[in-house]
Amino acid sequence: MRRISINRYRCAYCGACVAVCKFDANELVETFLTIHEDKCTLCMACVKTCPMQALEVEE
Amino acid sequence: MKTDYDVVVIGAGPAGSLAAKTAAENGLDVLLIEKRQEIGVPVRCAEGVSKEAIQQFVEIDRRWIAAEVVGAKVYAPDGTEIVMGEEMAGNEVGFVLERKIFDRHLARLAAKAGANVLVKTTATGIKRVDGLVEVSMRSMGENFNAKTKIVIGCDGVESRVGKWAGIDTTLKLGEIESCVQYLVTGIDFDPEYTYFWLGKSIAPGGYIWLFPKGNSAANVGIGVLPSMADRSPKEYLDRFMEEVFPEGEVVEVVVGGVPVKGPIETAVADNVMLAGDAARHSDPITGGGIANAMKAGYFAGTVAKEAVEKGDFSAIMLRKYDELWKNDFGKSLHRNKILQQKFIKMDDETLNKLARSIAGYNLGEMSVKKLVLELVKKNPRLLWDIKSLFI
Ligand SMILES: Cc1cc2nc3c(=O)[nH]c(=O)nc-3n(C[C@H](O)[C@H](O)[C@H](O)COP(=O)(O)OP(=O)(O)OC[C@H]3O[C@@H](n4cnc5c(N)ncnc54)[C@H](O)[C@@H]3O)c2cc1C
Ligand code: SF4
Ligand code: SF4
Repeated sequence: MRRISINRYRCAYCGACVAVCKFDANELVETFLTIHEDKCTLCMACVKTCPMQALEVEE
Repeated sequence: MKTDYDVVVIGAGPAGSLAAKTAAENGLDVLLIEKRQEIGVPVRCAEGVSKEAIQQFVEIDRRWIAAEVVGAKVYAPDGTEIVMGEEMAGNEVGFVLERKIFDRHLARLAAKAGANVLVKTTATGIKRVDGLVEVSMRSMGENFNAKTKIVIGCDGVESRVGKWAGIDTTLKLGEIESCVQYLVTGIDFDPEYTYFWLGKSIAPGGYIWLFPKGNSAANVGIGVLPSMADRSPKEYLDRFMEEVFPEGEVVEVVVGGVPVKGPIETAVADNVMLAGDAARHSDPITGGGIANAMKAGYFAGTVAKEAVEKGDFSAIMLRKYDELWKNDFGKSLHRNKILQQKFIKMDDETLNKLARSIAGYNLGEMSVKKLVLELVKKNPRLLWDIKSLFI
């Protein structure tokens, strides 16, 4: 299944990906980003926005 | 634990702390919650702000001032320099803050005014029940709810309070600056100035900045629009650092997103107000958001008081808050959104030409307005369509 994968070694927990998610599918608590796969539509907005390139689509 | 409040403020940045402080000073029962365990950390900011904006709300305390600046130097892609600001030291107009300390100071002022503060406490949802709001929270791992008349959502760029309340503040890829910043030491620059480098090839849809932080250290950072950039901001910044400051050592990395959406239609819903980055209050040209966040928090706090006095928490009552911020900084958000649209489309050659038209003498005042007015004066044909913005 395709999904967004998070490279936690790159992620700088800035929340920019949450700001662009139209589907309320991600959440940042402190340093921990969660993607709710049931809500994620794979729209790619977060992938394109992440300043650290910590997100990508995983086949 | 107390579970009934007049106001629950979600997020303890500048907006939230000012909202909580103002509401508490007005005699309301206030809870301020912050999901981080340390307020202000990690920093997501270049920390530049006008002196005036800060003085309006708090007494200056040297502990949270890293540097003071007299003006700005702006560079076109070909290196043409524009200087803005006071000629001499002693006329500092801008502060570079130490936000780790500043944000905590503001939260303490809120507490001092009587607000309850909870850290490591995340809002996980809101629900309207009988004209009030139930806020669900997770505090140090424990779930609990509090009832409140009003929620002020100050949850920053990653705001979810708006979404929960039915205010769509989602940012499109052309409405957020994707940013990376380094705290760099051991580089050579004039510590009395902030620096800006413009150009599509340097920072598509944004710019690179340098804000002095004292002791030959500076915040050097970049913002780009994801809709225009074909690489990550980090790659653009790394290239710039190699070319301009190869001798610098990076001692801190800051990452973040800044809303550059322009004014939203409304920042209120029944029982809910949004303030600061949560309401996309940061400036579309400069990306500055501290001053507006503080103002918005203050406005929201005062309207909360009025709403509680009247016992009316409806969106109609809270629109008063919309009026306040729109008539204040809302106007410049609107104007600067139009300016941003115009400037991000310019190619590097046009920017060079504009810069050359006013290069060589000091513009005096450090402001977007002053800069653009000078440019319009010298380039009436190229900029005819933005002239009316300033009349
Ligand atoms: C790289 C960068 C450089 C910048 N440079 C400048 C600058 O030089 N000058 C300037 O004026 N502005 C600058 N800004 C913008 C500025 O940082 C913001 O506009 C400002 O911090 C907004 O304040 P705020 O109170 O609205 O939000 P924030 O300061 O972001 O505070 C929001 C708080 O809410 C908390 N929160 C979020 N969700 C929840 C939840 N569910 N429950 C509890 N708490 C929650 C967060 O943890 C955070 O502490 C910059 C931004 C970036 C990213
Ligand atoms: S935008 Fe990137 S760096 Fe920022 S929180 Fe999301 S995944 Fe992490
Ligand atoms: S891919 Fe789209 S829907 Fe999924 S988390 Fe990212 S922004 Fe949200």
